[in-house]
Amino acid sequence: MSDTRPRRVIPIKVEPPSSLTAAQRSAVLDLCTRLKDVPGALMPLFHAVQDALGYVPKDSVPLIAQALNLSIAEVHGVLTFYHYFRKTPPGKHVVHLCRAEACQAVGAVELEAHAKRSLGIDFHGTTADGAVSLEPVYCLGNCALGPSVMVDDQLKGRVNPRRFDELVAAARKTPASVS
Amino acid sequence: MTAVTVYVPRDAAARGVGADETAAAIADEARRRNLDVNIIRNGSRGLLWLEPLVEVVTAAGRVAYGPVNAEDVPSLFEANFLHGRNHVLAHGRTEEMDYLKNQQRLTFARVGITDPRSVDDYVAHGGYRGLTAALGMEPAAIVAAVTASGLRGRGGAAFPAGIKWKTVMGAAGPQKYIVCNADEGDSGTFSDRMLMEGDPLVLIEGMTIAGLATGATLGYIYLRWEYPDAKIALDAAIAAANAKNYLGDNIQGSGKQFILEVRLGGGAYICGEETSLLESLEGKRGQVRFKPPLPALQGLFGKPTVINNVITLASVPIILDRGAEYYQNFGMGRSRGTLPIQLAGSIKHGGLVEVAFGATLRELLYDYGAGSISGRNIRAVQVGGPLGAYLPESQFDTKLDYEAFADIKAMLGHGGIVAFDDSVDMAAQARYAMEFCAVESCGKCTPCRIGSTRGVEVIDRLLAGDNAAKQETLLRDLCDTLTYGSLCALGGLTPYPVLSALNHFPEDFVKLARAKVPA
Repeated sequence: MSDTRPRRVIPIKVEPPSSLTAAQRSAVLDLCTRLKDVPGALMPLFHAVQDALGYVPKDSVPLIAQALNLSIAEVHGVLTFYHYFRKTPPGKHVVHLCRAEACQAVGAVELEAHAKRSLGIDFHGTTADGAVSLEPVYCLGNCALGPSVMVDDQLKGRVNPRRFDELVAAARKTPASVS
Repeated sequence: MTAVTVYVPRDAAARGVGADETAAAIADEARRRNLDVNIIRNGSRGLLWLEPLVEVVTAAGRVAYGPVNAEDVPSLFEANFLHGRNHVLAHGRTEEMDYLKNQQRLTFARVGITDPRSVDDYVAHGGYRGLTAALGMEPAAIVAAVTASGLRGRGGAAFPAGIKWKTVMGAAGPQKYIVCNADEGDSGTFSDRMLMEGDPLVLIEGMTIAGLATGATLGYIYLRWEYPDAKIALDAAIAAANAKNYLGDNIQGSGKQFILEVRLGGGAYICGEETSLLESLEGKRGQVRFKPPLPALQGLFGKPTVINNVITLASVPIILDRGAEYYQNFGMGRSRGTLPIQLAGSIKHGGLVEVAFGATLRELLYDYGAGSISGRNIRAVQVGGPLGAYLPESQFDTKLDYEAFADIKAMLGHGGIVAFDDSVDMAAQARYAMEFCAVESCGKCTPCRIGSTRGVEVIDRLLAGDNAAKQETLLRDLCDTLTYGSLCALGGLTPYPVLSALNHFPEDFVKLARAKVPA
């Protein structure tokens, strides 16, 4: 009893449809080529992609998986394990606010409430004007001079609500660190 | 007139309160006054409440001024600070300052003193003497020296470093690794960061010696992303060491090879756990491994691996230089040598204090720390990071010693002391400890993954006065499961802060509950 119908060929899509721009795609592929033979390449690659694009787009995962000969699930699993890697584009500036105990002892809880109120966003959010993203962080290693925040890659100590507003205002006036 | 040398720290904590602006202001003002000033960006001396701490080199030694903000700079020039003259911000000779003069700086001997990026300056201040000694020794003799020094892992677990090294030395090659755990995630700790920014070459030297001792030729420093300044400092120091043949294929003409690379983490607290760190270095989710096999036998990429904390590795050069006995003579009981202690949180004089084991918490909090920053009473301190116990005033006479802390169900950990004044709500801190465990659990074992979430819920019900006595029983039972059922220290030690808060500060857990009881 053989099936006489013509066999349907289902093409296997190596790369699902992607929303990456041509520039993003070529940046990711370029970094893959550069880093794929490094032992334990995945973490350095995620860092490189995030440094270049500001985040690790979901649609870069299949490209990375293919370059490293891993499954998409494996790459996704690693990417989502680490708090630092963003899956969405950041605002022009990213403010990391320390939530750890040493900063709590000098007013970090109040600072967190102020930051959310004054920016009008919760953690992981970005202000409506796209200027600032707010992220929690567990310790910036500035525990004697807290409360601490990091504006892009600049550590700031003794941040009270007034200084927080000044730092944000100054950041709004400067161009983004990642284009 | 020859140029006056002025030190302005490049340490991230100093930059965070304006050290860059201060350095720029000094350069500008000197130019304006036509004075020849040579600014060196050093590490921090560790008197963090005085940052930016500016030092001027005078005939009488280095003289300190701080905290120096950019707007203070013109008045310093007016007062002729370049000749070490008096000023309202002057503190006299740095070495003579109370905070520093009684410290026993072995591991931090050069931090804040040298230019972190200069191999020449490093060597001029006693650097690379340990490596030179090690190059003339058999691997077994190096390991024996580290064992005899009594050095224990400074990351928190306090495992004898010599035993780890011996296991790796005895393991079969061909490829072995030295991994430095620079994932300093504990709140209240910053000694790794200060050392990597202020004297990165001592860490590089320590890792190189570990390589010679065990036959490992490749090293990785796993650094948390939260320390971008340390990344820059390490990369610069590695490049400088390579250029002078202190790293690379033929170290100082010995034919020995050691290659070193910095890798960045992804903001996962659990990656400070050694097996989880190795998974992450391999490009995987940072999930804890079962032990055995020990990392010393099957570590990175399945190969024999020494994995030690920054301070452990950075303490090795002085042991090889001055001898095991010299180091071993500091300390008490089974805790030998010195511990770089970090005073943090609500403390007036926060900073780094390196002293031999045996000092009491009270000495550190009051003699060095000068009490709380608010001037209120210090009600509790948390020692050893987010998994460390909260200690009440009645335990402030505990000596800093691994065993003395274990005896009171606390831990010394990485030497971070976080002070809280009497405005602290200890029930909130207990809840936070469970919440932190839930956020940071790697998910591999059930007690930690699910127990932490249930823990937050139980504490919430306890505080709401919902059958409080039963909730407390449940919480203690849950903590018991976490302690004995978790795979690693994250789940296993989370009960420390929770139960110590509950046991020492029970009044904070009933306030809310009482308030809810209808009159």
